[in-house]
Amino acid sequence: MGEIIKVGMADLQVTKYPNSLTTLGLGSCVGICLYDKKTKVIGMAHVMLPSSKQIRNNKNKNKFADTALILMIEEMKKKGTVPRNLVAKIAGGAKMFNFNSNSESMNVGQRNSEAVRELLKLLKIKLIADDCGGNFGRTIIFDSENGGLQIKTIGHGIETI
Amino acid sequence: MANSIEFLNDIILDVLKEIGNIGAGNAATSLAKMLNKKIDMDVPQVRILEFKDVPSLIGGEENLVVGIYFNLEGDLTGSFMFLLDKESALALLNMMMPMEFTEFDEMCNSALKEIGNILSGAYISSLAALTNLKISISVPSISYDMAGAILSVPAIQFGMVSDNVLIVENEFFDDDKFDLIKGYFLLVPELDSYDTLLKSLGV
Repeated sequence: MGEIIKVGMADLQVTKYPNSLTTLGLGSCVGICLYDKKTKVIGMAHVMLPSSKQIRNNKNKNKFADTALILMIEEMKKKGTVPRNLVAKIAGGAKMFNFNSNSESMNVGQRNSEAVRELLKLLKIKLIADDCGGNFGRTIIFDSENGGLQIKTIGHGIETI
Repeated sequence: MANSIEFLNDIILDVLKEIGNIGAGNAATSLAKMLNKKIDMDVPQVRILEFKDVPSLIGGEENLVVGIYFNLEGDLTGSFMFLLDKESALALLNMMMPMEFTEFDEMCNSALKEIGNILSGAYISSLAALTNLKISISVPSISYDMAGAILSVPAIQFGMVSDNVLIVENEFFDDDKFDLIKGYFLLVPELDSYDTLLKSLGV
């Protein structure tokens, strides 16, 4: 058994078999997981916001979907990944609090997951599993052996996608 | 440049801490009135923390917590959250109602929303009185889930501005020190509101 490496908020980690990656308590943030079947290199990013553009405080590249994804692919290349072998799984993007108002900030979970899907399409990375939305948190564990992504919730069960 | 918590000097920090202190004191008084019980309070711990360190303060990202969330409205915009761990939330419910609660149902949710509303209202009105600003809170919204997931909401809002948050940790006791309630207030003003807040304090 390899070690389980924790990915914090606005953080990204890349590792390879036999290690796995986890992020705890994802809410409106999105966990982006990339898997290379050939080399068994995996990457996980815990992004908070859709885009680094138009935001003044954008020094932390891991915080934004656009910059984190590109950085993650670069890191994976260093471990021998060829980008066209990559597939993606995403989870998170929940709406934790329910307000009647359609204020933009309350829908950030949805905006996050939509932005990630768009970016993956742009980068021609196939999205093979998608567990986003709802009003509950998720803990995710990404296995480098088969690319399985286990999702644990409070009151909404455990599943592997 | 005073629009980010990172640049706050010790004097401003002390002012913010004092606000936290007074706000929490008022919240304790309201709690005592509501329960018709003597409520003691420890000196609140006021901290400026990085968002990523907040979950560990309340038992880790996966610890079950109740978050009661408000939008700030008026001269100050942003959000405000009252956080309780599961045990404290149940203790509070049991103090309030003559039944034994072990799990959360709809009635618990609305009772907790109401408590959150009263406590947060007391906190915010002392902030308003001190700063001479008009501030009100929206209707509450409640969530019971993992701490990391609940905290992601203010963290994202604040993520656009800064990576730090003002957090006030409070311990309330009833008079026989039997029930201990640990609650946290998180004040998350938007960028422009930071300037407003500091200006109104004469900083």
